[in-house]
Parts: sequence; C-alpha cells; structure tokens
Amino acid sequence: MALVLTEEQRMIRSSAEGFLAAHGPVSQLRHLRDSRDPTGFSTGLWRGMAEMGFAGVLVPKAHGGTALGMVAAGLVSEAIGRNLTLSPFLGTAVLAATLVGRGGSAEQQKALLPPIAAGTAILALACDEAPRHAPAHIATRAEPSGNGFRISGAKTHVLDGHVADRLIVAARTRGCDCDPDGITLFLVDPKAPGVEVRRRPMVDSRNAAELRLEGVQVDGADVIGELHAGLPLLEAALDAARACLAAEMLGAAARSFEITLDYLQTREQFGRPIGSFQALQHRAAHLFCELELARSVVIRALRALEAGEDRAPFYASLAKAKTGEVARLATSEGVQMLGGIGMTDDHDMGFFLKRARAAGETFGDSAFHGARVAQFLNI
Amino acid sequence: MEEPVDDAGLAAFRAEVRAWLAANCPDEMRAPLRGDQDLCWGGRRWVFASDAQRIWLERMAARGWTVPEWPKAYGGGGLSRAEAGVLAAEMRRIRARPPLSSFGIWMLGPALLKYGSEAQKRAHLPPIARGEIRWCQGYSEPGAGSDLASLRTSAVLEGDHYVVNGSKVWTSYADKADWIFCLVRTDPAAPKHQGISFLLFDMESEGVSTSPIQLISGASPFCQTFFDNVRVPRENLVGAPGQGWEIAKYLLTHEREMIGGMDFSGEGRDSLAQLAKKALGEGGLRAEPLLCARVVAHEIDAIAFGLTMERVKDEARAGEGVGALSSMLKYVGTELNKQRNEIRMSLGGTDALGWEGREGDQARAWLRSRANSIEGGTSEIQLNIIARQVLRLPAAG
Repeated sequence: MALVLTEEQRMIRSSAEGFLAAHGPVSQLRHLRDSRDPTGFSTGLWRGMAEMGFAGVLVPKAHGGTALGMVAAGLVSEAIGRNLTLSPFLGTAVLAATLVGRGGSAEQQKALLPPIAAGTAILALACDEAPRHAPAHIATRAEPSGNGFRISGAKTHVLDGHVADRLIVAARTRGCDCDPDGITLFLVDPKAPGVEVRRRPMVDSRNAAELRLEGVQVDGADVIGELHAGLPLLEAALDAARACLAAEMLGAAARSFEITLDYLQTREQFGRPIGSFQALQHRAAHLFCELELARSVVIRALRALEAGEDRAPFYASLAKAKTGEVARLATSEGVQMLGGIGMTDDHDMGFFLKRARAAGETFGDSAFHGARVAQFLNI
Repeated sequence: MEEPVDDAGLAAFRAEVRAWLAANCPDEMRAPLRGDQDLCWGGRRWVFASDAQRIWLERMAARGWTVPEWPKAYGGGGLSRAEAGVLAAEMRRIRARPPLSSFGIWMLGPALLKYGSEAQKRAHLPPIARGEIRWCQGYSEPGAGSDLASLRTSAVLEGDHYVVNGSKVWTSYADKADWIFCLVRTDPAAPKHQGISFLLFDMESEGVSTSPIQLISGASPFCQTFFDNVRVPRENLVGAPGQGWEIAKYLLTHEREMIGGMDFSGEGRDSLAQLAKKALGEGGLRAEPLLCARVVAHEIDAIAFGLTMERVKDEARAGEGVGALSSMLKYVGTELNKQRNEIRMSLGGTDALGWEGREGDQARAWLRSRANSIEGGTSEIQLNIIARQVLRLPAAG
C-alpha cells in the first residue's frame, strides 16, 4: 500500500490548507481568546468547513456527507494543526460521526448524520473520568429505569461540551469500574434535568467541559451500538480521533518548524544569521528527520484506518505516540531557537507549544500509546 | 504480511516470479542470513560456501536479477521499478538470501550507468552483474576523512596512462577486491572540489599494495591501500577530468541509502521482545522500567524508520526523487542501528560479553555498529548536508 498521497488527496490537502489559512488562521485563535468568546470557535468558519465538505468527511453520501474517508480527515486535521484552527471538527466530524456512523441505529443516523455533515449540530463525547486517559475505566453508572436508564457520574475533558447539542456519554451498565465489558454509549440531551456542564478553558485556548450527571433519565432508544459492549465501538472512534490528533500535531509541528527555519535565516547575531551556526543547524536537521518519521507514521495510520486493517489500532497508537514526541520537540525547539521573542505572547510560537501539549494529552499521551504499542509487540 | 494488490500486468509478473523462484531458489538459500559469513561477494578469488550459493548466483545472474533494474545489455534484468519491487517482495516472501552482495552493484554500477562511456559500461557492468569482479572504493585518505575533498592521491597523465601515487584508508575489503574505483587529484592547481577525477583500475596492477586494519570488533574489513607509481590506462577515467567530485557525491547518495537500510529489522536474529523474554522471563522487562522504556521507544522509532524507507521509495517511484533525503535515511538508520545494538547488549547482560567464537557474535556486532555513523559520511556530515541542501540554512562562518 503506497504511502504517498493520491492526486485527489493532494487536492483535498491543498484546499483544506488554503481554506483554513484564509478563514481559520492563528490570528483568529488569538482574537477568540482575547475576546473571551463564549462559543470558543467561529460558527461562521464551521459552516464554511461544512460547505467545503469537511464536516461530513466521514459521513456517508446517503446522509449528506462527502464520505472522503480517514486519509482526507487526517489531511484536514493536518491543515487544522498548521493553522491552529479552532473548530468542532475532532469532536463532531470525527468522533461523533464515527460513533453514530458505525454504531447508530437507522433512526439515530437519519436524525444525526445530516446535521453533522451540514455543520448544524455539535456533538461531544464524554468518555474520560480521570486526568490520565483510560477509556475502559468507567465508573459513571447507567441503571435500568422505566423503559430506559438513569445515568449518574462525572466526566472530564469533554471537548466542545459547553456548546454541544447532544452528548455521547460512556457509562457502565454492568461490571466493576475497570471491566472492559459492561460499557454502553448513550445519547444525552445536555439540557435534560440532572446534567450540569461547566466550561473549562484550557492552556491552548480550547474548551473542554466538566460534566456532572445526577440521575439523568434517558430512553432505551438513546443507546448507541450494543448494550454492555460499547467499548470496541468507543475504541474505534477514539482510534480515528487519535490518528487525526496525530495528523494535527504533525501539521502544528511542521508549521512551527517552518517559522523556526525562517527565523534562523533572518535573525542576525554576531554579525551573521544564527542559522549559520552549526549548533543550531544540527538541531534543525535532526528535527527535520524526526518530522519525516512522524509524517510516515501518520499516513500509515490513516491508511490502516481507512482500509479497516486489523492492525489499525496499533498504527493509530504508533502515530499518536511518535507524533506527540515530535510535536513536543518541534515546538520546544521553536521557543528555544526563537529565544526571547519565542517567550512573548505577541509571537505565535507559544500557541503551537500549548497546542502540542494539549493535543498530546488528549485521548492518551505518548506514554499511554507507547504502552499500547508494547502490548501489540508483546514487549 | 498483507497480500499485495497488483494491476493485471504486475499480477502476471508476480505469478511468473513466484513460480520461477519456487523452482530455482535452492532450499539452503531460503534461510535468514546468520551474519556476514553467509553473504556472497563474488570476485576472481571467491570461494563459494556451498554449491547452493553458487547455483543461486548463477541462476539469478542468468536472468539479470542480481541487478533487476539495470538494462539487459549490461547484464541486468531490464525490470521497471514496480517489477523490481515485486521481485524483492517475492524474495522476501520465501526468505531468499540476496544472491550477490557487491559494492559494484550498490555504488559503482549506478555511477557508471549515469556517467560512464558506452565502452566502460560494456566492459565493467556485466562482470559486476555476474559476480565475477569484486570492487572496492578508494575514497578516504589518512588526511581526508570528513573533509573528503581535500584528498591528495595524485594521478598524473603521462602519454596514454595516468600514474597514480598516494594512499587510501578504510577501503572495505581492499585485500579481497579485484578492482578499485578511486578518487584521485588530477589538477592540483584547481579549487579542491574541481581538481578531482574518478578512476578505475585493477588491484593486481604493479605498485598496488594493501594492509588490513584491525578494528575494535577484532575484524579487519578495512584496509589501508598504497599506490606507488601505478599506471592506469587513460580510458579508465569516468566522465571528464575534474568531474570526480560530482560523480563521488552521486555515488555516495546510493551508498547512504544502502548503509541506512542495512540489517535493520533484525530479521534472522531474535527481536528485542524475544531477547527480553530470554533474559528476564515473561513480562520481566516490565520490572526494569528504564530498560523497558528504551526498548519501546526504540521499537517505535524503528518501525517509523521502516515506514519512512517505504515512503521515500514510494515517493521516488512517483517521481519525487530521493536526493538529499538519502542523508536523512543514513543518519536515522545508522543511529537507530547503534541504539539497537546497545539495547541488545543490555538485554544480553553478561552473556553478551563473550568474545571467542560464536559467543563473541553479539559483542562484535555491537562494536561493528559503532562504525555505521562514521562510514559513508559521519552523522555530523549528514546533518550538515540536511541543513544546507534540504533546509537551505546559510553557510557556516
């Protein structure tokens, strides 16, 4: 399977990059942060991304999507990373579209997929319960009640949770807190009685909500996928999101490297460009090599997911583990090589550093995914 | 391994290759290499390790498949890149050993195909393809290592011959090679990069002598080579006088790809996970978190590197070219190979300290690997090349 992009994929990449550079650049992130925007992203931009076909990238054409696939989703993510674009792409277009597209009933798909593709519905996955990602460890309980369930528990790091139209909550319908069996996914109305959503702005100027659920009543028809057996579906969606986060981190790392290189060319000290100093040249060259490795693992993961390979979870973890380290290196080196200016809020480099940290932590950091890789390799 | 998807033409070719290999590759040649001692280098003085090794070379050479992509006129297979990829994959599938290992194939051949005269190609390429002539590389000198272009071995034209004087060092297997491709200074007055030419000559010529250098691994794959008034016919100069540096650089990109891709997967040897189990028992590695983390981080990088080799080849096939990226592959591949050997030594513990006979294999491989990031241009030189040619950073000082 070739690891180069097809002609169509190249076009998707350049149109995503062109569109987001024009309509969702770093300056927009800065503006939204400085104005303490209550939504946290530009709804106009998200509609535009829907019109471009990005919101429906994983939605079947029958439901109004473009069905461009995982490689395309990764290429959009890479462009998001390059521009640090704020949008509900990851939560809605990747996670929710995968969960509903794979596990949803015909009614759920009919009700949710068209508005996802149209950019008119925001969905948020409520999975994590602890600061370190552990998707099988779920203490939130869903007890049978009437012809449905009553859900109680607490969730953290719910991306876009503060503006979501619907929540997808992973809750335990049987077993102990860390049992892989017994997890069920539920559609929850955030306005339902017993749901408390607290917006939590993060270091990267994005929002993830803290969620409290106290006896929230849901219907039997609100179950997504199989009762008790929600974990494989959840993992599949998480793997798609992890690969897209890896692609996003690749984009952010590559862009911050370009900014760094530009600075090395133009900044003069001791009467010459600092890029002429071998100490910096070697670090830049090493970073270039690391970025090439990251590019390879990202495209491999996206292809594996698109083709539905058995080893797709392995490649998703490989990509997330490696790219997390490379993005951390690229953005830290960026700040260091830019020197004082890299420490100022006026310069964009700090935004890249912050995003690399937050994207690295989301849905498992390099250590989490390194452990998963080790398991696959029988280490 | 995934079964590849071919178009119709390639599928027919794959079927043909598969059937031919099944009928022609001797069983003995379908076992992983245990080490350098299993390689077939060919040459005038080569003694085959077995009949199987000889038959395998002869059969592959008859089809031109020792050099599948070279033109048939020069002993090659005339295969397209995609077909050569199929052949390589089918050989991997049955774990067929390479029929021939050769600096002629990896380094001189590509340079001759690009820069050689028709007469030079016809004279030298077919014997390389058949494994009849073994070549060595005369590049480094005692005073010219990383600063290769400062080399001083001279070639002075006298009538129809160049007269060569000087000395080369780190000439791999010079004591076993039949011919040498050699960088010589033909114009001492020109700027250092422009006075260099690329000369071919027989190691049996009068005035050539070699002396092996014993390395820290105990082996002596390298020699110092001396030239004392060696007379070389002037038609053995490749390209134009003064074009040697350009040819040398072109050849080095092939050498770097080769070194970067060497013995990497650890195929044929135990994986790190298997070694860990032998040394520490099932799950025992987890009780040593620092070592465990090194193993996992290394495996992630090793797989990422393998995928990068694959991607760069795919891009070359799609016409995007490898060029200076060979420096990236060389740098990353050799640094990882050194790291892998370090980890293997740690996992081996005191067992890995043995020195005599087979017991010394692991320690000697570890020591040998230290040369990976020195030979073919040091890691630091590769980083220089990337900084200047890929990243376009300004010249130092």
